[in-house]
Amino acid sequence: MGMSLAFHIIFAAIGICMPVLMAIAEGLHLRTRNPVYLELAKRWARGTAILFVIGAVSGTVLSFELGLLWPKFMEHAGPIIGMPFSLEGFAFFTEAIFLGVFFYGWDRMSPVAHWLSGVVVAISGVMSGVFVVTVNAWMNTPVGFDFVDGEFTNIDPIAAMLNPAALHQVIHMTLAAFVATGFLVAGIHAYFFLRDRTSEFHRAAFKISASLACVAIPLQIFSGDFAARRVAELQPAKFAAMEAHFETQAGAPLLIGGIVDEEARTTKYAIEIPNGLSLLIGHSTKTVVPGLDTIPRDEWPNVALVHLSFDVMVGCGSIMFALAAWAGFNWWRKRKLDQSTWLLRAFIVVAPMGYIALEAGWFVTEFGRQPWVIYGLMRTADAVTPMPGLVVPFTTFTCVYIFLSVILIMLLKRQFLETASPKTHAP
Amino acid sequence: MHLEEVIAFITLAALTLYALMGGADFGGGVWDLLAHGPRAKRQREAIANAIGPVWEANHVWLILVIVLLFTAWPKAFAAIMTALHIPITAMLLGIVLRGTAFIFRKYDLKKDDVQRRWSRVFGISSAFTPIVQGMILGSLTTGAIRVENGIIVTGFFAGWLTPFAFACGGFALVLFAFIAAAYLTVDTAHDPEVQNDFRIRAMVSGLALAPISAIVFFTSKTNAPYMNDGLTNWWAPLLLLATTLCAVAALIALWCGRFSLARVAALCQVITILFGWALAQYPHLIYPDLNIRNTAAPEITLRLLLIVLSVGAVVLLPSLYYLFHLFKGHRAE
Repeated sequence: MGMSLAFHIIFAAIGICMPVLMAIAEGLHLRTRNPVYLELAKRWARGTAILFVIGAVSGTVLSFELGLLWPKFMEHAGPIIGMPFSLEGFAFFTEAIFLGVFFYGWDRMSPVAHWLSGVVVAISGVMSGVFVVTVNAWMNTPVGFDFVDGEFTNIDPIAAMLNPAALHQVIHMTLAAFVATGFLVAGIHAYFFLRDRTSEFHRAAFKISASLACVAIPLQIFSGDFAARRVAELQPAKFAAMEAHFETQAGAPLLIGGIVDEEARTTKYAIEIPNGLSLLIGHSTKTVVPGLDTIPRDEWPNVALVHLSFDVMVGCGSIMFALAAWAGFNWWRKRKLDQSTWLLRAFIVVAPMGYIALEAGWFVTEFGRQPWVIYGLMRTADAVTPMPGLVVPFTTFTCVYIFLSVILIMLLKRQFLETASPKTHAP
Repeated sequence: MHLEEVIAFITLAALTLYALMGGADFGGGVWDLLAHGPRAKRQREAIANAIGPVWEANHVWLILVIVLLFTAWPKAFAAIMTALHIPITAMLLGIVLRGTAFIFRKYDLKKDDVQRRWSRVFGISSAFTPIVQGMILGSLTTGAIRVENGIIVTGFFAGWLTPFAFACGGFALVLFAFIAAAYLTVDTAHDPEVQNDFRIRAMVSGLALAPISAIVFFTSKTNAPYMNDGLTNWWAPLLLLATTLCAVAALIALWCGRFSLARVAALCQVITILFGWALAQYPHLIYPDLNIRNTAAPEITLRLLLIVLSVGAVVLLPSLYYLFHLFKGHRAE
């Protein structure tokens, strides 16, 4: 399940962001009548078509795996969180319908109608992501029911959907999709643009995707700060693990990196910023930050993993932010997006970081919730299926997904190589 | 009518739409696999053009069915997913391979051997998936899966390995192939030769349904007595008559080359078959322990679900109409 999710989340993020990029490109074409933008929208659509199918089938696998792997979880949680799932179903349905229209309808409808169908895809893509994330947020902060004798009674699905973690998780995840895909696409086009500086096509593609990424990343940093403070409040165990913060104290230091020793309750070789954590959380050195010592030992998540993932996420985010600041500063000075060789090279280097951060962040939220599947109420071990030999489907699906990824990369590469040929204008 | 019955009806409708649309896409894959002769390439192209724009949307009906199932009947969902873990995992594998092979074939090199390889994966997974789907649905009525206190006590192999389940699998396969061929006769109006190929295929598979449904009926006597009882109820002859009329009408229309009519008749045939199955199974989800009442979610969930469904339908139905109008409408006549 975790593996399927980790795989799906990549394509889900692409499914959220690529339609926005396609719609922007086609919208620019409608405004400027520059055929480069139309060509770009078409090329992006072809890539998205390949990626979307994998997002769709892996999403289907997931909707079943919920029950295949966590039957007890679904049995209890189904009535409570079914509503966002049904809403997601409709959003996804709309996305699939209009993607069909968008991919196959180029010469069957007016350009404006076609562009509008792209806009619908973009909106429904974002919405379906939003609904799914509210479910995950509910697992972190379960509300909307009374828990009596191991049974969920008196449930309120609306309250469950609007749970306390929903807002920050939705914002953070949606922006993450834009950041990750934006930087990845920008990096790929930066690479081809460096090889062929005359290519209007790659210049336009880089401009659009880099702009989107550079707008999204500072917002993401803010939302990250907001999310961290909400987590500190709502899930102290997860927060303490993120920061490898063992001991409750005022003036708590901020630890970066290091080797976590759960038994000795220390983190060796970490960079320590005195009072850092208290400052971040309470904006005061006096703020007391509860540590893992307030949590029973058997309810700790895997501290080393969560802390490391968290640092990877923040590290990647900071690098992307620095790059965006560099690009933004140049833009502010010259009033146009800088296309210097060094900046393009930096974009190539940074390209995968958005996805690394995305996966790391997902690790933080999932492993940070362990040992619970529903935070504080149901342990993961109690939710798992009695089915023996789960290693068989796990291995099979892992192999299938690896196989698909290899083919996918091969096909996308071919798509790009075709694009890379000096064809800058559609005939 | 109780809320859970309303939602059961909607679930059945969604399942029927999945069979009518998604099922036909699988059927198309079967004909891709069986394409041969001098026009094999044109047949494959016709299939790809027909399912290309719509199959992803069609596929979402299945997700909708699953979401409805776990929202409205969470206990039954958990039980089905546990008892039928193996066939469902196999079905998922088929779904993954079918979808990706179809898209990969479209975007991979146009060389013959590359295309043939993807075609084979696409075709085999298209044939495999409906068989497993039929087995899964069939196994629910066998009575072999037993649940005590919310725990499956019959292991992971109960029900779906019975002859009845296999017969259901074969039935689903041929049914999907039949409707796919019937639809394709309409989609290929611009190419009379290929149209005639699909006309013959539709008639052959339509005729093949008769002996297979007989096998389903006879195996149900021993493997699924409840279904068998249902099929011999007072309403059963009426329904059987309706199904038979649709089938005969479809075959005659195909024979006479009235393809739009044949398509409608084939649609009605599938609808009557699925509704008949549902009536025979009603009110059970897993016979005999779990039914739509004793596993239903609390009323507030059902009520909200109904609201969500109504709102969703307002967005969904016009969008779907637009999709099919755009890609299927203008070729209808």
